[in-house]
Amino acid sequence: MSNVAVNQTGAQSGVNGLVDDWTSDKQTYHVPWGKAMMWIFLVSDTFIFTCFLTGYLNVRMTTTEPWPVQSEIFALSFFGSDPIPLILIAIMTFILITSSGTMALAVNFGYRRDKIKTFWLMVATAAFGASFVSMQAFEWSKLILDEGVRPWGNPFGAAQFGSVFFMITGFHGLHVSIGVIYLLIVATKVRKGHYDKKGYEIVEIAGLYWHFVDLVWVFIFAFFYLL
Amino acid sequence: MSSEAGQQHPLGIYYKIWVLLFFLSGCSYAVDFFNVQGGMRWGLVILFMILKAGFIVAIFMHAVWERMALVFTILGPPTVLLLLISFMAVEGNYASGTRYQYMGHDPDAVALTPSDLHGEAGGHEEAAEEH
Repeated sequence: MSNVAVNQTGAQSGVNGLVDDWTSDKQTYHVPWGKAMMWIFLVSDTFIFTCFLTGYLNVRMTTTEPWPVQSEIFALSFFGSDPIPLILIAIMTFILITSSGTMALAVNFGYRRDKIKTFWLMVATAAFGASFVSMQAFEWSKLILDEGVRPWGNPFGAAQFGSVFFMITGFHGLHVSIGVIYLLIVATKVRKGHYDKKGYEIVEIAGLYWHFVDLVWVFIFAFFYLL
Repeated sequence: MSSEAGQQHPLGIYYKIWVLLFFLSGCSYAVDFFNVQGGMRWGLVILFMILKAGFIVAIFMHAVWERMALVFTILGPPTVLLLLISFMAVEGNYASGTRYQYMGHDPDAVALTPSDLHGEAGGHEEAAEEH
């Protein structure tokens, strides 16, 4: 009775089976492993951002103080004009979409092995990302210094507005900042020819991350700024 | 179309989706700019949001060209989040109802705006409101 139990399919059961299943030469995802791992990371990141947004939904529903009017708080006037509602946020949105487009082109030129175009398109993407973060820094400083918004309170209404704002846009801004660094590293390696032998999947993997950052902004723009 | 060679598609589709994303973002912004309110605002903003998210995932992230095993791994787990969102909405609705009922807050209170606060100091905001 010292034999290891074997079931009808021939696979081992119990602990041996567990080891077998995880070590056998099977592949579920027919994509480069780096791409599968990036997707799994992005799925887990989706959970983090959804938890933040669901937390926002809950505090906004349950607070008994009136919720500040985003359209007026994020309005900006140019050269003494009347304040234009949400104009900076709209510009930031368009910048992020533009950067998503240049990234998609970079992925395409990467697979065509056009190193120069891939490099410059990735640098352009990173530059758009950096300008996005700068605008966010401007928006934060305006809110903190001029309007007196703090994570624990603000002069307009519900105190949760500040904590939700700094938490969600801060975490997204951190993603953009990391993405800028990541893109610049990959772009430099592309130009140096590091991927000539390995293949250019890495550009697509970096692109997945970047498009995800844009994707998260789509939801933040809708739920936090517009609704 | 997915293979070892990676995702390789004509450039045209990227340009089309790019323009479409710009258009949809413009539409979302227009909802705020023209001050659409109520159910119409929610409906339009969420419609444009879902369309934008769908096109980014499907085309820019190549999900439509991936094999089904990967697509289900990506889209499957996040669907349980809909359950979390609906639970928190139900719970939030109940909590706010009891708070208004027992804690004596005014449900019709209106939030202050920057022009209310900087009225005296700014000057031009007040002038803008008079127009």
